[in-house]
Amino acid sequence: MIELRSVTHAYGDRPVLHDLSLRLEERRIAILGGNGSGKSTLARLLNGLIVPTAGSVSVDGLDTRRDGRAVRQRVGFVFQNPDTQIVYPTVEEDLAFGLKARRLPRDEIARRVAAALERYGLARYRHQPAHQMSGGEKQLLAIAGVLVLEPSHVVFDEPTTLLDLRNRRKVIQLVRDLPQRVVVVTHDLDMIMDFDRVVVLEGGRVVADGPPAEAVPAYVERLG
Amino acid sequence: MLGLYLHRDSAVHRLPAGAKMGGLLLLTAVVLTLPGAWGALAAMVAGAALLAAARLPPGRVLRDLRAPVVMLALLFGIQALLAGTGWQDAAIAVARFAALILLATVVTLTTRVMDMVDLFERLFGLLRPLGVNPAKMALMLALTIRFVPLLGDLVREVRMAQRARGVERNMAALFVPLLVKILTMADDLTAALEARGYDPADTGSQR
Repeated sequence: MIELRSVTHAYGDRPVLHDLSLRLEERRIAILGGNGSGKSTLARLLNGLIVPTAGSVSVDGLDTRRDGRAVRQRVGFVFQNPDTQIVYPTVEEDLAFGLKARRLPRDEIARRVAAALERYGLARYRHQPAHQMSGGEKQLLAIAGVLVLEPSHVVFDEPTTLLDLRNRRKVIQLVRDLPQRVVVVTHDLDMIMDFDRVVVLEGGRVVADGPPAEAVPAYVERLG
Repeated sequence: MLGLYLHRDSAVHRLPAGAKMGGLLLLTAVVLTLPGAWGALAAMVAGAALLAAARLPPGRVLRDLRAPVVMLALLFGIQALLAGTGWQDAAIAVARFAALILLATVVTLTTRVMDMVDLFERLFGLLRPLGVNPAKMALMLALTIRFVPLLGDLVREVRMAQRARGVERNMAALFVPLLVKILTMADDLTAALEARGYDPADTGSQR
């Protein structure tokens, strides 16, 4: 479970989140909000990429400020732009990056990479340079690069924003099928209609929180 | 520019990265020490034979060698006409460079970046007593190779955006947005490395 206790966050003297307290227990949770509402900051707080200015965030009892590395092993993070997430030039090498960073044995790395290549439909791109792939393929690679680490939670920051319709559907289906707990920051309302919970942010505060049937209309109304 | 790894099932591909780099160093020494163009010619023959043995498509190899050929032609012109060394010495110098570029191309096209990075990480490990962090150096090498084409894409993107707004040639108009994009990308990359389990404090000493 991810828990935020009285979390406030500011960039310099610009406050972004105000006294936020949330217990994220459901399997699939969406964070909605307009531009500048603080949703991407909230996402980055969840795996300790940033730590709150005040208050605390914990994952399964581990504090992101104190146990950042252990938290990041539990919580995977998929960025909006896959280009900044892909580290190695070819698909196979990039999938192995996170596993190598964790010092896993070579045969374990090879086994997990081979399984990920098959599972996420990347086997035919195995030796292909990532920069020659389409946006959708790169996003799949970025997601696979996180899932190969077998995190218990995955946070997605606007995973479908840069994709065409076909790749968007592919990513939505992939997220839907994940056994992990998932938190998705998005503007893509179709993606989240069958989620368990939707949290709506505005000006760094929660303004709606509940099942999609309740929270999404509240979000649409506020934006309208 | 030297090519990126091109997968084929060949004995040259299967050779360990260390053996290929060691061979490259040895042949470099041979090319540079043998008098005249004989060393260069021998190395070129060896390079061509290795390319054939690696079953690499000639078209792709030639494409990768286009830029070095232009560079070598310029070098020849400068040496022969401006440096006053005479066309024979200029030809020998260019032949040596051409042989080394060909051999280096064989190595880069047949060696996975990860294997190369592993090798350099082990070599950088020798410098650990001097305070060098081999894991950081190796990551820097991998990121350089990964991000060179991406930076090329960024330059093209910014140029096109400038042209669309009627700015044809303006270095400031190119440089400023490019710098902003690169810094933003560097920021995102740092976060992504952390998110994927990279620990900057890790010295790689367990490997």
